Amino acid sequence: MTETTLPRAGAGFPPRTRFAVPGRIAVDEQVAARWQTATLTEIRPETPRAATFRLAVPGWAGHLPGQHLLLRLTAEDGYTAQRHYSLASAPDGSGHIELTLDRVADGEVSGWFHTVARPGDRVEVRGPLSGFFAWPGDRPALLVGAGSGVVPLMSMVRYHRARGLSVPLRLVVSARGPEDLLYAREYGAETTRVFTRNAPAGTPVGRLSAAHLAPLLAERPPGGWEAYVCGSNSFAEHATRLLVAAGQPVDRIRVERFG
Amino acid sequence: MNVTRGFTGRARTVRPGLPPGQYDARDDWPVLSAEVTPGLAAADWSFRVGGLVAEPRTWTWEQAHALPGSAYEGDIHCVTGWSKFGTRFEGVSLDSFLAAADPLPSATHALAHSHTGYTAGLPLADLTGGRAWIVWSSDGRPLAPEHGGPARLIVPHLYFWKSVKWVAGLELLDHEEPGFWERNGYHPRGNPWEEQRYAGD
Repeated sequence: MTETTLPRAGAGFPPRTRFAVPGRIAVDEQVAARWQTATLTEIRPETPRAATFRLAVPGWAGHLPGQHLLLRLTAEDGYTAQRHYSLASAPDGSGHIELTLDRVADGEVSGWFHTVARPGDRVEVRGPLSGFFAWPGDRPALLVGAGSGVVPLMSMVRYHRARGLSVPLRLVVSARGPEDLLYAREYGAETTRVFTRNAPAGTPVGRLSAAHLAPLLAERPPGGWEAYVCGSNSFAEHATRLLVAAGQPVDRIRVERFG
Repeated sequence: MNVTRGFTGRARTVRPGLPPGQYDARDDWPVLSAEVTPGLAAADWSFRVGGLVAEPRTWTWEQAHALPGSAYEGDIHCVTGWSKFGTRFEGVSLDSFLAAADPLPSATHALAHSHTGYTAGLPLADLTGGRAWIVWSSDGRPLAPEHGGPARLIVPHLYFWKSVKWVAGLELLDHEEPGFWERNGYHPRGNPWEEQRYAGD
């Protein structure tokens, strides 16, 4: 019985549950390991700087809102470039998925999508990946995003609507101005808009603040909010500080940062 | 090979030291932690080596700084695709901590713990022989909180999710134990030169 004299696993170390561990769902490792061909079927402009790309992926295993994929482009000489992108569409069993990509100056992959791509083009995808930022539609969800950080959150909003879920869901979306706001026509009563540079007449201009979050945190849904924060690192740092200061438990905040 | 119509990609500058599928982040140093950045003061930081060791040990900030200094100069590689060349981190070689704790012969793996609860699983062989450090400064400046300050683990020959920020300790084990990202579908080892990004790679 020598085993009993060994230290208990994890003894003396911080509890693994102090922050939002584990991931919300298990990831299918075989699905995550396989490259599949995706065919571009539609390009929809969203803003002057972003567009949505719809892809047919016949073997798509399905995903949960908040998950991402790895996308690969291959040049004639065999050179490849790959990037992680969040899924914008809700899982719908249609064999199609949607990505919303910013037009990035010198963007190697996004640049191809915005300047070369047309329906019928084929790329390769791998996924869905990572269960950490996934939302299965179970816990009340408080979503806070900025810029294209709203993309995985919109997948959650769409899923919530498509399934007619009754679990509370709120979205705070920050954009520089109305012309930069992704999915502008899709927001409803669940959404608080924050404009940092310019706003329609009568709407204040300014950074996300405690005042935006206070009424949402005050709702205190049964079981508490699961917070999902997505955006640039500076936005994520700012938003998570506000959430923690407002009383949102650290272990109920999931963060996805661009990088 | 599935060629993408019209895709040429960046100029093929030969960049020795760039693992497959990676790009040069140049001056950027993206932050990708999945949790809230903790406000951890140096005085509240500690580092513990436990599990399968003859002598479990815990070091305070001052005690860790009293160990022989050691720096890493070289490149780092993130599983999301960026690599950063010519980094410099200052701290103490993990070998110094391990020598004091005296790993048992049965120890084969480790689970690195963060003060946030984040974990990463590693083979012990990847943490010894001058290939892993506990560091508190980068290019001579204190490590910023968002980059893992006051102190983090670095294991630069593996993808950087193994380089646990706000490191709290190392738990030595006689089996492989998946950490945070390993339980979320990432590879148990994460060697960028073999492109071990996800389980099954």
